Amino acid sequence: MSQLPAAAFQVLQSVLVVLAAPLVMGWVNICRAWLQNRTAPSLWLPYYTLAKLFHKDAVIAGTASPLFRITPYVLFGCMWLAAGIVPMLAIDLPFAPAADIIALVGVFAVARVFAALAAMDTGTSFGGLGARREMMIGFLAEPAMLMTLFTAAFISGSTQLPTIVETLAHREFAIYPSLAFAGVAFLMVLLAENARIPVDNPATHLELTMIHEAMILEYSARHLALIEWAVAIKLVAYMGIGFALFLPWGIAPAQDWAALPLALGALTAKLAIAGAGLALIESLLAKMRLFLASEFLSTAFLLAVLGMLIHFVVRG
Amino acid sequence: MRFGFASYYNIVNTQGYTIESPDSLLAGSLAAALSWLVIGALGLLPARTGFTLKVLFPAGAIAGLALAALGAQAAWLPASGMVLPLGLPDLPFHLRLDPLGGFFLLLLGFVGAGVSVYCVGYFGEESSPRLRLICLQYHVFLASMALVILADDAYLFMVAWETMALASYFLVTTDHHRPPIRSAGFLYLLIAHLGALAILLCFGVLHGGGGDYSFDALRAAELSPFWASAAFLLAFFGFGAKAGLIPLHVWLPEAHPAAPSPVSALMSGVMIKTAIYGMVRVSYDLIGGVRWEWGILVLVIGAGTTLFGVLYALMQHDLKRLLAYHSVENIGIILLGLGMSMVFFGFGHPAAGALGLIAALYHTLNHAVFKGLLFLGAGSILHATGLRDLNAMGGLIRTMPATAFYFLVGALAISALPPLNGFVSEWLTFQTALQAPLLENGVVRSLLPLFAATLALAGALTAMCFVKVFGVAFLGRARQPAEMPRPRGDASLSERLGLAWLTAGCFVLGLFPSAMLLTLNRVGVSVTGSELGTQALESNWLWLVPTNPAQASYSPIIFLLVVLAVVLLTFRLVRFFYHGRVRAADPWDCGFPEQTSRMQDTADAFGQPIRHVFGPLYLMKRHLPGPDDPAPRFTLKIEDRHWYWLYLPVARLAEYVSAKVGLLQRGRISIYLLYSFLTLIALLVFVR
Repeated sequence: MSQLPAAAFQVLQSVLVVLAAPLVMGWVNICRAWLQNRTAPSLWLPYYTLAKLFHKDAVIAGTASPLFRITPYVLFGCMWLAAGIVPMLAIDLPFAPAADIIALVGVFAVARVFAALAAMDTGTSFGGLGARREMMIGFLAEPAMLMTLFTAAFISGSTQLPTIVETLAHREFAIYPSLAFAGVAFLMVLLAENARIPVDNPATHLELTMIHEAMILEYSARHLALIEWAVAIKLVAYMGIGFALFLPWGIAPAQDWAALPLALGALTAKLAIAGAGLALIESLLAKMRLFLASEFLSTAFLLAVLGMLIHFVVRG
Repeated sequence: MRFGFASYYNIVNTQGYTIESPDSLLAGSLAAALSWLVIGALGLLPARTGFTLKVLFPAGAIAGLALAALGAQAAWLPASGMVLPLGLPDLPFHLRLDPLGGFFLLLLGFVGAGVSVYCVGYFGEESSPRLRLICLQYHVFLASMALVILADDAYLFMVAWETMALASYFLVTTDHHRPPIRSAGFLYLLIAHLGALAILLCFGVLHGGGGDYSFDALRAAELSPFWASAAFLLAFFGFGAKAGLIPLHVWLPEAHPAAPSPVSALMSGVMIKTAIYGMVRVSYDLIGGVRWEWGILVLVIGAGTTLFGVLYALMQHDLKRLLAYHSVENIGIILLGLGMSMVFFGFGHPAAGALGLIAALYHTLNHAVFKGLLFLGAGSILHATGLRDLNAMGGLIRTMPATAFYFLVGALAISALPPLNGFVSEWLTFQTALQAPLLENGVVRSLLPLFAATLALAGALTAMCFVKVFGVAFLGRARQPAEMPRPRGDASLSERLGLAWLTAGCFVLGLFPSAMLLTLNRVGVSVTGSELGTQALESNWLWLVPTNPAQASYSPIIFLLVVLAVVLLTFRLVRFFYHGRVRAADPWDCGFPEQTSRMQDTADAFGQPIRHVFGPLYLMKRHLPGPDDPAPRFTLKIEDRHWYWLYLPVARLAEYVSAKVGLLQRGRISIYLLYSFLTLIALLVFVR
């Protein structure tokens, strides 16, 4: 019977994150509009867009194979799994031991590979271009991401996110220099992996610069809606990983319903601040040239490695 | 929750209770190996091709299945030995089957069975004399690999090892009328013999003067650290030549594409794994007492091999060459696990060391399965279209849907994506690296995660490479439609059976990793005497736990079920709340009016970001046409630097020395008699 509340937490978190993810996107857009002196769109605009897309007929290129139609569902499934694994509301999630941080990076890699394959499926020039660039960002970002996660894993002696959160949340409050380096590296990876400025621009369809958008050019209607939704969930999942590693406070401990309101409030506040911060970064920076992304991400990698070495030096 | 494998493990471990006697397993394995020899000999009979194809190759597959079953049991049982009344006087052949050998027999039998079934369809149109030769060489090749694994003395080992090299040499040069294939075969033979020489010297060092070349005697020999290290270096070099470590890898991208595809699958999948077997056997078992310095060497070479392999694979547009470079990469990954294991054993952390060894062996098996699958897939493409050049393919998923599915599984597995098998072994390697805080040596402690970073980079690059392969070959539209021969439809039934067999292997090894973890734990115990922590041994079919549950766990089944459930649920919900209407149209492509199939990315175009980021690592010869060029041609050639700094200078030196030695040859008998006379005098002076 002890599994029951944990399972309830699991379902609650998964559903909540998936349903609220477009809201976070809407919030980021509002903040960006405010910062850029534009009239802000409605907070609920992403939901209207999704509903509109779901209603339309899907237009599919005659050259596309079944892979093209499966991919949006695979992306959505992968992101749902990620949203269920990262401890955001509660620590004690029954699914969490199924995939540790390395497998979590694997989940994102599966999604990336399927998206890139689908982009090449229709046989258009932009699809291949987008796939190629996305895989480049991927191989640059993945090692940096793993090194960041390894730093946290070495501090807590575990690759399980629940254990990491527990260790990091219950230590004395002290500034870990290794975590500071890892934090900066993680932020850079987050921007790159979620196709945000300065690596990619989610609002552009300018042929020469787009990466993620070039991959999903051929999608329409419900398929596009699922992909956009998955992108939103991915952003929230990444923010959730960031909170778990660097701001692990307020997450409800095991089987504690009383802590749930606090956990909800803390998560909302953290997401609101992170969304505003993301909008600020995107307003302050310009998009980089494509091949500067490799320098950007190798800097992230080096910072993460430095963080890890500092952990060993300080400890040893 | 202790059931299944864990309880089996306990039975064997605590009560010594055995289900099958180990001796009968050894006899059975020997019988399977000999039946391969017999099948090969039968192939020479002047029978019709139908007999060879429909009887002999399937019989070989059955022998493979039997071998796999025997090997899987032997991995759980104590070792057993046997002396054959064969060989030289006073040097009889010794055989031994222990868990390590059992594991490699499982690998050989499993992949061999799939490849043999595949051969039935693949060689369907060969002419009779050629097919008879292929049948002989193919089965001798299989049998010699089994004997390498069963051998328990240096003599039989070397005989089987050389038989393996020769059989594969003849298979590589099946198309010997083409000069490039002859030179590829020569290069292979040359490097194989350099390696064999080093292995022979290693056995010489190990045996240190006694008359007994059995592995028992070599195990018992007490070596000083210097000679132990010398033996290790010789073995590492010798087996490394077979495995394809840099800088000894140059034969792989030449020889593997030259051979017929099922043979490439065996060479890449199984033969280079016998080199891993040799490394583990010699360094852990025969020499014993591994040192951490060896581990560092293995790690450095392994990391270099990994990165080199994947970066050069990304530059290839010949599918089989590309796969051969990936074999180089995966050998590097295996070595990363092996090296970490040596470091942990050297510093006295046996549980972490056992984990590293298990990760390396697991990846050995995984690579055999998915690389076999990919080479067979490449063979089916070659068979159906006559193409190996990716730049001429495209859209094959429409004409070959079954092959496309199997190839996709192999591509996802080699890209280390969960929940398939490649991910499990790389995950275990990462977990080994994360044991680094155990180490006392600060430098080594901070080095291990860097090797893990190499692995992460290689994994992501592999994913990119296989997006390229699958995307360019199977997806999109056919390139050069006029010149391309029409594909003949999908692979034949037997080809599909072989592909499906290995695909099933990818799934089973990926979804039920604990069974393999516990089996490999037995293998590790038999070789090193150390095992994983007690909590790891409580892994069951659902949860894979390498150290303890608080530290790390992974459940591919839950992983797969959650994603599948969400996919199905979403699919149903979208149709329930909205609709599933679809309209077909031309691709949009940002509204570009003119679209031809030549506007798609080619394999070379896909590698362009890599050339940009890693440019200095390649030897690139590029010709860019000028703006006024009436017939503009863009050419790009990427060469392996090792040829220029290592191989060509050595070849020149060898030619120079040969020319000088050639001066001795005068062609006159009196001069040669004079040489004999002078030699005799010299011997009398020195020897007395």
